[in-house]
Amino acid sequence: MEITNQYIQERLSEKFGEEISFFLDPYEMLNIETPKVKNLKLMQFLFDDEILRFRFLTDICAVHYPDQKGRELAIVYHLHNLQDNVRIRYKVFTSIENPDIFTATGLYQSANWLERETYDFFGINFVGHPNLKRIQNVDEMDYFPMRKEYPMEDQTRIDKDDEMFGRGSSVL
Amino acid sequence: MSDLIFPNIKLPEGSIEKKTTTLNMGPTHPATHGVFQNILEMDGERLISSEQTIGYIHRAFEKIAERRPLYQITTLTDRLNYCSSPINNMGWHITCEKLLRVKIPKRVDYLRVIIMELARISDHLICNSIVGVDTGALSVFLYVMQYRELIYEIYEEICGSRLTTNIGRIGGFERNFNNIAFTKLEKFLKEYPGVLKEFEALLQRNRIFMERTIGAGPISAERALNYGFTGPNLRAAGVDYDVRVHTPYSSYEDFDFKIPVGKTGDCYDRFLVRNQEMWQSLSIIEQAYKKVQEFKGAEAEVFHADAPEYYLPPKQDVYTKMEALIWHFKIVMGETEIPVGEVYNCVEGANGELGFYLISDGGRTPYRLHFRRPCFIYYQAFNEITQGCMLSDAVVVLSSLNLIAGEMDA
Amino acid sequence: MARPVRFNVNPQNPKISDAIGFTDLPEGLEGEGFYATKFEKIVGLARKNSIWPLPFATSCCGIEFMATMGSHYDLARFGSERLGFTPRQCDLLMVMGTIAKKMAPIVKQVYLQMAEPRWVLAMGACASSGGIFDSYSVLQGIDQIIPVDVYIPGCPPRPEAVLDGVLRIQNLVHNESLRRRNSQHYKALLNSYDIQ
Repeated sequence: MEITNQYIQERLSEKFGEEISFFLDPYEMLNIETPKVKNLKLMQFLFDDEILRFRFLTDICAVHYPDQKGRELAIVYHLHNLQDNVRIRYKVFTSIENPDIFTATGLYQSANWLERETYDFFGINFVGHPNLKRIQNVDEMDYFPMRKEYPMEDQTRIDKDDEMFGRGSSVL
Repeated sequence: MSDLIFPNIKLPEGSIEKKTTTLNMGPTHPATHGVFQNILEMDGERLISSEQTIGYIHRAFEKIAERRPLYQITTLTDRLNYCSSPINNMGWHITCEKLLRVKIPKRVDYLRVIIMELARISDHLICNSIVGVDTGALSVFLYVMQYRELIYEIYEEICGSRLTTNIGRIGGFERNFNNIAFTKLEKFLKEYPGVLKEFEALLQRNRIFMERTIGAGPISAERALNYGFTGPNLRAAGVDYDVRVHTPYSSYEDFDFKIPVGKTGDCYDRFLVRNQEMWQSLSIIEQAYKKVQEFKGAEAEVFHADAPEYYLPPKQDVYTKMEALIWHFKIVMGETEIPVGEVYNCVEGANGELGFYLISDGGRTPYRLHFRRPCFIYYQAFNEITQGCMLSDAVVVLSSLNLIAGEMDA
Repeated sequence: MARPVRFNVNPQNPKISDAIGFTDLPEGLEGEGFYATKFEKIVGLARKNSIWPLPFATSCCGIEFMATMGSHYDLARFGSERLGFTPRQCDLLMVMGTIAKKMAPIVKQVYLQMAEPRWVLAMGACASSGGIFDSYSVLQGIDQIIPVDVYIPGCPPRPEAVLDGVLRIQNLVHNESLRRRNSQHYKALLNSYDIQ
């Protein structure tokens, strides 16, 4: 049975109905979105279903959209069905005031560190994670560096002449 | 425990109870494995559990990439898995070409395959010889470094640099491969099979090596898939997943090669899988070289796609022709049209599926770039793999997993 | 196709006398059965040809160092045959690769454990000045935390450049005064890094 994007859409619509929305991007990957409370239910369904069989978690990452109020942080899961060679992208959006998402570590062990890294960079709180602490940055860091409001450079440097790098006050 | 082995020896009164020792295999490792820390709980010589700390070389690639135009991110991708940087570079270029919808001519694809397979051989050589060094066989490492120098000379001929190559451009290569590069490639193809045979003969059926590595750190296929393993570590566990076959890129479907697969996923299987992959890579390079030589005349001068919006025109044209000047200006100042959208593309790196998730908002720099790094994902399994093994086995497992710190921390 | 050659157009067979280097004797008073010279000259000569380096390799420069230690660009012929991995036994700390802010206290700890006289070599652009990574998590040069003697630029530097850097260290070792480590100037230097 050929698993096309059409087929995945039909199966998921009949199971989840109104809560799920689809977007077929111009590079032919199916993007799925649900409200954030449904993330485990959807991934469990995709894991257990005998035809869909999305049993490999490729990646988890997050994106910060500061302009979309109420939906600033997007968590993106890339799932892969190895036997039939199908990939999908699953997104959940959350607001920046309470960024709580259920953790996927019960289902996929690889989600452990991927979620820690996402927490470290964006501050998303994964509810139920066994060991949610910073992984890449120093433990004492008190902000989440990948959010758009923070700059790339180290702000505590005094020896660098910003004018020479085009970042001085005279360059707009 | 000692009264079972030596029944006549009695421990003196008031001796300490048996308790676990905490050992720090700190960030400064001997033998340049990379900077990551393991805190091991040990019962005598056996490991009970271990906790990993990484991030000692976190260089914030993803944040830097949000401030660089697409063609400047190639230098960042070099430094991910620095033992095989051409594969990272090509993977990034293929991702950009997928976003920008640039079609690549066949000759460029075949040249890319040659470079990627050379990089794969180079990485597997380091990994396998370091496994040898950790079991005590230092001479294999020194012998094989000589052939890595030959691969470096081939890179130098093409792009000018040995290790962090920044090879290729979006749309192809920066210059055609000259005859000297092909001569060096032929020398490599002639001499290397003999060296690989000797490398195998020294280690593969060596009694000491086999006893050190067989049974050290096995993992089953189900656990490996759950932990997100890809690449030679997954193939050693028995799953034949290889991105080059599953979703062929860069004309890999035109080549005939096998995927070696192991059984138990222990260090010996990983060693054997990497060795066999080197043989397969050698065969792919020979096939690609033959195919490249079949292009004659004008076709043999093609080294980049016809995409003036993304590929810089040659300098003589920029100084003499108007159109080329305009394209050059547009590309450098960032006025070319980059489509809005997101794309996820993966290539078979030396460690597994190296993925690039690129979100573009139409501007000169990406809105978000995320690297799916195989080392980062499979290092989590170290705790489960090494439960119950001896300390020296844990060291061999650490080096056979081929952990590159630059890729882990990014 | 042979590459057109500009230098060494008429190569000669090498003579054995070209392959052996001779060091000059330090200046001193010579007589039958004795040679009197300054102590520090002899000590410098002995120390410089047997430096024990500690390769503190973090990233790509570490792989280039491995190539330098290999047989093609052999570093061992300059006396650095034995690499130590513990700072207690080494003279030269070669910091190779990017040092992140998380790693900086560890570099400092390793430096503090070394015994005098000790030298530091920063290999690569990242160790010298942060390199291409001008980001919040990378230390912009190890000379923010420890005093450095020789910097080797490059990303990564070619093995020939590494050999040149090691030779410059050997020069420094040769010409170092015996009193330098106790001098006010050196103490002031260490104080500026908060090292006692």
